Amino acid sequence: MSNQENVLNKDILNTEVTIAGVTFKNPVMTASGTFGSGMEYADFVDLNRLGAVVTKGVANVPWPGNPTPRVAETYGGMLNAIGLQNPGIDVFCKRDIPFLKKFDTKIIVNVCGKSVEDYLEVVDRLADEPVDMLEINVSCPNVKEGAIAFGQNEDALSNITKEIKAHAKQPVIMKLSPNVTDITKMAKAAEAAGADAISLINTITGMKIDINRRTFALANKTGGLSGPAIKPVAVRMVYQCAQAVNIPIIGMGGIATAEDALEFIMAGATAVSVGAMNFVNPYTTIEVADGIEKFMIDKGVKDIKELIGCVK
Amino acid sequence: MKQKVKATVVSQKELVKGIFDLWIKTDLAKEAHCGQFIGVYTKDSSKLLPRPISICEVSDDFDALRLVYRVTAENSGTDLISKLNAGDEVEIIGILGNGYIFTDIFGESLEKSMDSNVVLLGGGIGIPPMLQAAKELSAHGIKPTVIVGYRDSNMFLNQDLTRYGTLLIASEDGSVGTKGNVMNVVDKLDKKPDIIMACGPMPMLRAIKNYAEAECEKGHEVSAFISLEERMACGVGACLGCVAKTKNVDEHSHVNNTRICTDGPVFDAKEVEI
Ligand SMILES: Cc1cc2nc3c(=O)[nH]c(=O)nc-3n(C[C@H](O)[C@H](O)[C@H](O)COP(=O)(O)OP(=O)(O)OC[C@H]3O[C@@H](n4cnc5c(N)ncnc54)[C@H](O)[C@@H]3O)c2cc1C
Ligand SMILES: Cc1cc2nc3c(=O)[nH]c(=O)nc-3n(C[C@H](O)[C@H](O)[C@H](O)COP(=O)(O)O)c2cc1C
Ligand code: FES
Repeated sequence: MSNQENVLNKDILNTEVTIAGVTFKNPVMTASGTFGSGMEYADFVDLNRLGAVVTKGVANVPWPGNPTPRVAETYGGMLNAIGLQNPGIDVFCKRDIPFLKKFDTKIIVNVCGKSVEDYLEVVDRLADEPVDMLEINVSCPNVKEGAIAFGQNEDALSNITKEIKAHAKQPVIMKLSPNVTDITKMAKAAEAAGADAISLINTITGMKIDINRRTFALANKTGGLSGPAIKPVAVRMVYQCAQAVNIPIIGMGGIATAEDALEFIMAGATAVSVGAMNFVNPYTTIEVADGIEKFMIDKGVKDIKELIGCVK
Repeated sequence: MKQKVKATVVSQKELVKGIFDLWIKTDLAKEAHCGQFIGVYTKDSSKLLPRPISICEVSDDFDALRLVYRVTAENSGTDLISKLNAGDEVEIIGILGNGYIFTDIFGESLEKSMDSNVVLLGGGIGIPPMLQAAKELSAHGIKPTVIVGYRDSNMFLNQDLTRYGTLLIASEDGSVGTKGNVMNVVDKLDKKPDIIMACGPMPMLRAIKNYAEAECEKGHEVSAFISLEERMACGVGACLGCVAKTKNVDEHSHVNNTRICTDGPVFDAKEVEI
């Protein structure tokens, strides 16, 4: 490009995306459970640079989580069975929301529960809090009751989505499980029940055996697989859902680089979340955001919306 | 401030079979204290997570860290780390965790503790962090008794430890020192410990916790600070992978769980259920 005026620069790029009326400065978010409430990564990451911080799942009361070992490394990924340990919604509102409010980023609160009532209690409690969106975790493979049971059955998913929509003051994202035969059925059920957006994928159920100890690597026996190993599955599912529903999609699963994020965006994700890779490289979110800008400049893309779902 | 940085290998040698002694140059050394650790990354991108390794020693100029570690298996992360040579780059994250915090252990006035009997206990690959602990104690004018437990006569770090404390040895096969473990040496001490700092396998830490409780019941106050180990992912307190059970409800988690990577790895033995 010889003509100076045609050269894109950072200032005229539009990286903003909007989901259910909430506008994010860029499409890069943190995946629930991998970033605490932002506090733990504030040494590494300027939280003001993130599109949103998605917080660790929070329930109506404190949950102790599973016994240890809770994490295990696997080839190009990791298994976790944290069991949704969380301090409960009261502490969350007192401590974590005020912390995040100090930053110029959007706050998405991930909600978990054992029964519909549990979820509703949290949703009600958040009604007057300054949070931008709710992400409903109906897809955690590591707890015995609730959670994934709502995400593996269309009727249950539809029912809980309706109930939550009737209570929620903020837009609602339903977080889908990949541990189903046809994820598009779940996406459609969530959309029909009124979900404002969907996010996917949660972790894929897996297992690792410790051959020296002749037992399971995780105390919970099974755990959720995440990290680069699951990326192709996640991209495929985001693409399938993008073809099946009209509500926006937040894509995640193994994102390590801007190129990974762009795959999700081109497959149909309006925004993306970085999960396990935060543990590997705590600067991943910022590098992804910078890399997306660089890609846009290099390829002459003025508005990120040109890329969303561009691969049909 | 915690950071992920590139460090440069200064030297590496094998001390005894399978135990490596690695010095790396890094500015993070300025912030490092005994009992804290770093995460060491390998160049194999299929192995995602950093390997937690304790600070064995901080160089006198505070510009390098010494790590002494065991290679767990062929082609493991530690095996790859053991192949690093002088001049190679290695990525690390740190400084992680709370170590042996002297103000917690001794109270604000360290001088008053000068005559307490400070005993360091290291079992096997738990010995390395005892070196930096002894070094920092000696900088404060405290000369600890250092008791190390080995499986057999394959020993490491004894000479370094002798510089900062009185060294006593136990070996499981009885080939060196007292036959048995570090607690068998503690039982034979002329003067009972007032303060214990320890790192080693879980059965040893349990024995120390029980010992301190039994002594307290007999009217002799023993404070024991033990370093716990657990599988970690983030190392910075975000993933909740590395928890230990606590006696009381933890201030951060609001359940009886504490994060070993950030609130530990060193805990007052009274406060954790192990
Ligand atoms: C706070 C802390 C300090 C430590 N300090 C030292 C030290 O100074 N010297 C030393 O030799 N060892 C130390 N260890 C143990 C050391 O972290 C493991 O031996 C090492 O991670 C094994 O990695 P690997 O690639 O050889 O094994 P692999 O089995 O291939 O590792 C697979 C995964 O499991 C994790 N893992 C395996 N064993 C352990 C373990 N025992 N504890 C925690 N994670 C484990 C690895 O980090 C990795 O994520 C420490 C552990 C902790 C928690
Ligand atoms: C340690 C850990 C904890 C997680 N906790 C939650 C959680 O509380 N709620 C939730 O909806 N998803 C949780 N997840 C799933 C992630 O948000 C994400 O969907 C998944 O890990 C895939 O993305 P990744 O491959 O980038 O990690 C967790 C994942 C990990 C690795
Ligand atoms: S390793 Fe993630 S919280 Fe300790």
